[in-house]
Amino acid sequence: MPEDLKKMLIEYIKKEYLDEDSDQEITENTRLISGGIVDSFSMVSLKMFLEKKFQVKIPDEKATPEAFDSVNNILSLLKEFTKL
Amino acid sequence: MSYSDSAKAHFAAELKSIRESGLFKEERFIESPQAARITVKYPWGAPSKEVINLCANNYLGLSSHPEVLDAARAALEVRGFGLSSVRFICGTQDIHHELEQKLTEFLGTEDTVLFPSCMEANVGLFEVMLDKDDAMIADRLVHASIVDGMRLCKAQLYNYKHSNMDHLEEKLQETQACRFRLIITDGVFSMDGDIAQLDKICDLADKYGAFVMVDDSHATGFMGRTGRGTHEHCGVVGRIDVITTTLGKALGGAAGGCVSGRAEIVEMCRQRARPYLFSNTVPPVVVAATLKVLNVISRSTDRRDKLEANTRYFREQMTRVGFDIREGIHPIVPVMLYNATLSQNVARDLYGEGIYVVGFFFPVVPQGQARIRVQISADHEREDLDKAVSAFAKVGQKYNILGKKKDEIIATYGT
Repeated sequence: MPEDLKKMLIEYIKKEYLDEDSDQEITENTRLISGGIVDSFSMVSLKMFLEKKFQVKIPDEKATPEAFDSVNNILSLLKEFTKL
Repeated sequence: MSYSDSAKAHFAAELKSIRESGLFKEERFIESPQAARITVKYPWGAPSKEVINLCANNYLGLSSHPEVLDAARAALEVRGFGLSSVRFICGTQDIHHELEQKLTEFLGTEDTVLFPSCMEANVGLFEVMLDKDDAMIADRLVHASIVDGMRLCKAQLYNYKHSNMDHLEEKLQETQACRFRLIITDGVFSMDGDIAQLDKICDLADKYGAFVMVDDSHATGFMGRTGRGTHEHCGVVGRIDVITTTLGKALGGAAGGCVSGRAEIVEMCRQRARPYLFSNTVPPVVVAATLKVLNVISRSTDRRDKLEANTRYFREQMTRVGFDIREGIHPIVPVMLYNATLSQNVARDLYGEGIYVVGFFFPVVPQGQARIRVQISADHEREDLDKAVSAFAKVGQKYNILGKKKDEIIATYGT
């Protein structure tokens, strides 16, 4: 798994979902949905970002809260649709 | 029989998990009209108890106002109880048209269409306005009904950090290629009582050629100098393209909502919004009583002025006794407790003291931000507010949270 991809996703999530003054750490295992960082509404925009960035279409039935619950889970999901 | 034992077990397990996660909602039984003081029976079979109500959306105290009740009674006699029809078959009376015109005048828009509720207005609106070539750019804390409406719409969904204008601008830059962009926000956010920066939002909309939609349910009738809403408060009357709002809060509180704004968009709702087309018309009694509400609040600002004074007084007194409340000017006053169990315990003890409030915690509010949401009304008298503050002080002392800031409360109770 390319480390720079992981880093890019973590940076995106920090920039997009945390407040500027937040001191919360995000790692590849941080719980994003169940931890309340990304709500189910924002998950839709995260899915859209991934689809644009990687030029893929993630089917709705695959876009579950579990599949988006950590950077590692997201990378596993992306692996199904791209040659990461 | 298709409702098998396994289906029954499935639903029972779901309900058990709702209970175990502390999200099971219990209803309390109120035996009186909605007012500052109500009679409650809870649980069922328990003796009735009079409590001060600090959790109704009855901001202007018009839910049981004598003139409003008289108007409702009169309408029942002359326009009947129900219409047994959707609007476009035989469910539109002259008073429906009249109310839509009065709402247009009150909100300072071009046209208005009534919906059975603001929930349905929000569910129906976006699909009618936007398609896959368009973008919806929503504040991340918009009401659940807006989220549902956006889910039904094919337009691309973007959202920006709550009230963060820089982030909104980034999203406007990202979506330049779209045909239409709609910025979507609540006028007042229901959990914090904070107010959208509509002046800045309208400036950004002008700069990038976007439309603006505001759900003003927690503002219509009392925000702004003459109670027109958040757009009046922010000085942008006439610059909001679509307002959705409810008749179910400050404006009498019975039922109904509307979409008000650009004439073409309102007409598109009449023609195509599914919750409008396929729901029964708003009952005549509600329509006539709401006309009276608009009459009462247009002839004098006394009620919104009293609400403003009550809110200021309650906020000052709660701060004085040492509660950590979210600053602001709105009658929604969040009393911050941070811990879910603490919020439930404080609400229960306050009920014992004759004060009816509700604790809110994750997932209704973010993790670690549990609170009691107090809502002030123009119906409250000083005596009610003083009694409430004394009860809060007594319960706050019991839990040793008076004068304590966020970190200290979290250190004792956790999140």
